[in-house]
Amino acid sequence: MLAWQAVSRAVSGAVSKALALGLALGGGVCAPAISAGADNPPPQRVVSINLCTDQLAMLLAGQGQLVSVSHLAVDPMASAMVAEARAYQINHAQAEEIFRLAPDLVLAGQWSNPHTIDLLRRLGIDVVQFAPETGFDDLRANIFRMGAVLGRPAEAEALRARFEADLAALRREAAERPLALMHHANNYSSGDASLAHEILLAAGWDNAAVAAGLAGGPVAMELLVMLTPDLVVSSRRFPGASRAEEVLDHPAMAALRDRSRRAALSDAEWICGTPHVLNAVARLAGLHEAPQ
Amino acid sequence: MSGLRATTPRWLAPGLGALIAALFVASLLVGPAGLGLTETARALLLGQGEAAVLVMREIRLPRALLAVLVGAALGMAGAAMQGYLRNPLAEPGLIGVSGAAALGAVVSLQTGLAAAHALALPGAALAGALGAVALILALAGPRGGSLTLILAGIAVSALAGALTALVLNLSPNPFAATEIVFWTMGSLADRSFTHVWLAAPLIGLGCALMLSLGRGLDALTLGEDAAAALGVEMTRLRLGLILGVALAVGAATAVAGAIGFVGLVVPHLLRRIVGARPAPLLWASAMGGAVLVLAADIAVRLILPQSDLKLGVVMALIGAPIFLHLIYRMRGEMR
Repeated sequence: MLAWQAVSRAVSGAVSKALALGLALGGGVCAPAISAGADNPPPQRVVSINLCTDQLAMLLAGQGQLVSVSHLAVDPMASAMVAEARAYQINHAQAEEIFRLAPDLVLAGQWSNPHTIDLLRRLGIDVVQFAPETGFDDLRANIFRMGAVLGRPAEAEALRARFEADLAALRREAAERPLALMHHANNYSSGDASLAHEILLAAGWDNAAVAAGLAGGPVAMELLVMLTPDLVVSSRRFPGASRAEEVLDHPAMAALRDRSRRAALSDAEWICGTPHVLNAVARLAGLHEAPQ
Repeated sequence: MSGLRATTPRWLAPGLGALIAALFVASLLVGPAGLGLTETARALLLGQGEAAVLVMREIRLPRALLAVLVGAALGMAGAAMQGYLRNPLAEPGLIGVSGAAALGAVVSLQTGLAAAHALALPGAALAGALGAVALILALAGPRGGSLTLILAGIAVSALAGALTALVLNLSPNPFAATEIVFWTMGSLADRSFTHVWLAAPLIGLGCALMLSLGRGLDALTLGEDAAAALGVEMTRLRLGLILGVALAVGAATAVAGAIGFVGLVVPHLLRRIVGARPAPLLWASAMGGAVLVLAADIAVRLILPQSDLKLGVVMALIGAPIFLHLIYRMRGEMR
């Protein structure tokens, strides 16, 4: 359960069902990168079935090269590129509908349903899987890899360079770092091997859970309350009700938020390692000056 | 009539009360925050220590109070149903009353009714429980055998569980489907005073209603005709039982999920002590239920402090062997 939730939040709450299935079936072996070198012509019809590869592919693909993105790419709760994604055909990561699109390359996540991926490979379609980004280094590596896979290394290099410049402009090297607590559904808090942790650090905060020696994952609410952070960052609610999200409204956590600054981050801003995480960095950095 | 039966021992009420008090204090002391004894007392009683006060007053205190309330509700409901049906297998969790209450709660949460009106959540759970008790009583009746009761219970439980899973699977919330375990196994983790205030009045009302049935249930042990001759109105007794059980179990399930076996284990352990009389068994089972749920809730925190082990797991470990033992003893009747 613990590992499940850790990975689940790292990728996206919205893809958790598919993810649980992937984990339960022990899938998720990363395929070797297919580099589109001189002898390999770049793919002409690319279909992406994972929220994070959707966004990287939209940022890097050439005109007409990307055919379809997943339905999560048009979900404003999960995706930072809803408007862009509407220009593409939407798929639901089902082998049959993907096959009908006649792709020569499918982009998937490491935890995408292994049965779907097996089936596509047996049908003779190239599938490249990307691991979820657990930090800015993974983000850079995945941009570079996506550029190689799509045959657009120059665009990838330009995107990476722009990311570095924007990050450098935003990065705060404060001598004193106030404590920020990530509090999500199921009392999940981000550990040091997470994109959220690096976003906090880049924005000049310290991760309260990591500073107290807690591992990422679900943490007992008592322990979270004892951290007395200066900032509480929570995720936005999904529609419908869940007991997992009820902890966000618990009086103890509400009291903690009243005493500190608070921020609600949309999952869309930090769930995937794309340059869009800089929006989250900018918003969290801006909270240093905000009145209590 | 009373000459044949042993009277309830004098030590029972104070003894159970002392157990509840001791376990209540223990429940306040157990937790991962690692607070010392003096720190705990100072935070709880004097409000000293910013974070510690939140831990004690907003996290641990409501949890301990809910354990008492939920345990009392389930214990007494079990004793009342067993008294009326004159069958030790009648238990709210086993015969689907808790499951139906959970279905009501889940429906009200997922349709947004619970967010729109504070009383919609316990109200819907109560409605679910009401439907299930009425259905079971109609099917099994006061003269129904154990087989009818258990079969009806299996059907109601299965239907309620399946519909709960369906509603949670249809929810647009990605976390909802993983919460099937909470609604079928129950837990008191991260509950707050909101839940205490929601459940307490309804559980109080339900328990008061069931306690008022004591004389009627006592008379019923002599048979329906004798009870009627003693002036017990069967229709009133039945109505009071349905309402009382639905109020208590509905409110308890709305905040803590469906916790099984409490209403089976507690009356089973206490029946001989109270001389097998249904009336004292009602209050004794309420107190015993509070003891059992408090102890189980401490156990889940000691066994797996970080991962919210469900109360139903511990209850089934204790309750299932007793259930099998009862069935073993009743084999003759079941055939």
